Amino acid sequence: MGVVSRGFSGKHFHRPGPELAGRVPPGQYLASGFPVLTAGATQHVSTGQWSFTIRGGTTEARWTWDDLLALPAEEITTDIHCVTRWTKLDTHWTGVPLDTLLAAAGEVPEFALQISHGGYATNLPVSELTGGKAWLVYRYEGEPIAAEHGGPVRMLVPAHYLWKSAKWIRELWLSAEDRPGFWEQSGYHHFGDPWREQRYFND
Amino acid sequence: MAGTAVFQRLTWLPATVADVVTETPRARTLLLAVPGWPGHRAGQHVDVRLTAPDGYQASRAYSLASAPGEGPALTVVRVEDGEVSPYLVDVASPGDRLEVRGPVGGYFVWEPAPPYRPVLLVGGGSGVVPLRAMLRHRARLGDTTPMRLLYSVRDPASVIYRDELVRQADLVTFHYTRTAPPDAPHAPGRIDRATLERTSRPAAEEPIAYVCGPTGFVEHVAALLLDLGYPAPAIRTERFG
Repeated sequence: MGVVSRGFSGKHFHRPGPELAGRVPPGQYLASGFPVLTAGATQHVSTGQWSFTIRGGTTEARWTWDDLLALPAEEITTDIHCVTRWTKLDTHWTGVPLDTLLAAAGEVPEFALQISHGGYATNLPVSELTGGKAWLVYRYEGEPIAAEHGGPVRMLVPAHYLWKSAKWIRELWLSAEDRPGFWEQSGYHHFGDPWREQRYFND
Repeated sequence: MAGTAVFQRLTWLPATVADVVTETPRARTLLLAVPGWPGHRAGQHVDVRLTAPDGYQASRAYSLASAPGEGPALTVVRVEDGEVSPYLVDVASPGDRLEVRGPVGGYFVWEPAPPYRPVLLVGGGSGVVPLRAMLRHRARLGDTTPMRLLYSVRDPASVIYRDELVRQADLVTFHYTRTAPPDAPHAPGRIDRATLERTSRPAAEEPIAYVCGPTGFVEHVAALLLDLGYPAPAIRTERFG
């Protein structure tokens, strides 16, 4: 054990009981509500303005809001984990799996950079976005997603800390090189696995 | 890739509480002695880790209150049902030990650099902490970048850094949300557009804003700044709660 803080007992704050212990990663506590974390102002994007483009595959592919809604959607129930240490269990989303969208992009290179309205970006290997692990979502708990939570359409990649799920998603840039996004350029982890506590670049 | 910084390795460092300053009945500043502290920039934060005798650990992030060149200091406001903040505000005393990891963050930071854009700092409650580090940095450097702090606070008794801020009355505007002192120029309430417009340099001077506070506060202020003509990239925010 490292440094013990005299007089600190800890309340084991919002840590789950044994029945849920396997669902809350190390260093996380259970959130009440749905906290908002954004580096700048909330972007207000109308469904008419919104579109999504995948560049960097052998085929460039683009969808409007109506195009997206016309695709087969999935109902997703998942836990989400924010690097600021809150975890929210059993959140419900509706959206289109990235598998469907990437299939329209032809052959694709190894890395993806998600780009948002407002300039936010975050990177992951393409292999983390395929195989039923990522979605473009447009409903949260049965309702349209509020602007402060990334609506009308955001990315959802729940196996990673939530900064890897871009709000107000606009484009996916694919390339052979791993290009750091917004937080990754400021020292946050390129992969961001909550179960390995990959918060900062050298974790 | 351009814009990629070279990072200092982040490891947990043992820290000792060197001194404690009571700011308000709910807030204290802890001055920490951290051997090997690499220095920090104004606006950065640290992770603080507490370990109980049974090995249980809890970590939270806190903004650094001190200026670059000073030792690390945290100002912590007690969250009533919290776990870490009550310990830091009510229990920790000089000589007590904890661990810190950082500094962290390269976005919500300020230092004087060309083109020396005027700076508007808007803090709500304990959101004033990283902004105080920026004001202090400017003062210690003798820098002349135009800078103003608009500090939204519930009532006079909740003002953190009172003496220091009052001494810089030309740079600091207090905005009371619940109870205002009798000589306050406004009735208590939320910051409104007119207050921001009075405090900010005109949009033509391309000011940059740093907004820190609870989420609702930051959303409100950022929306008003957009309305005043601040482009979105000129508004940097840090939220909590």
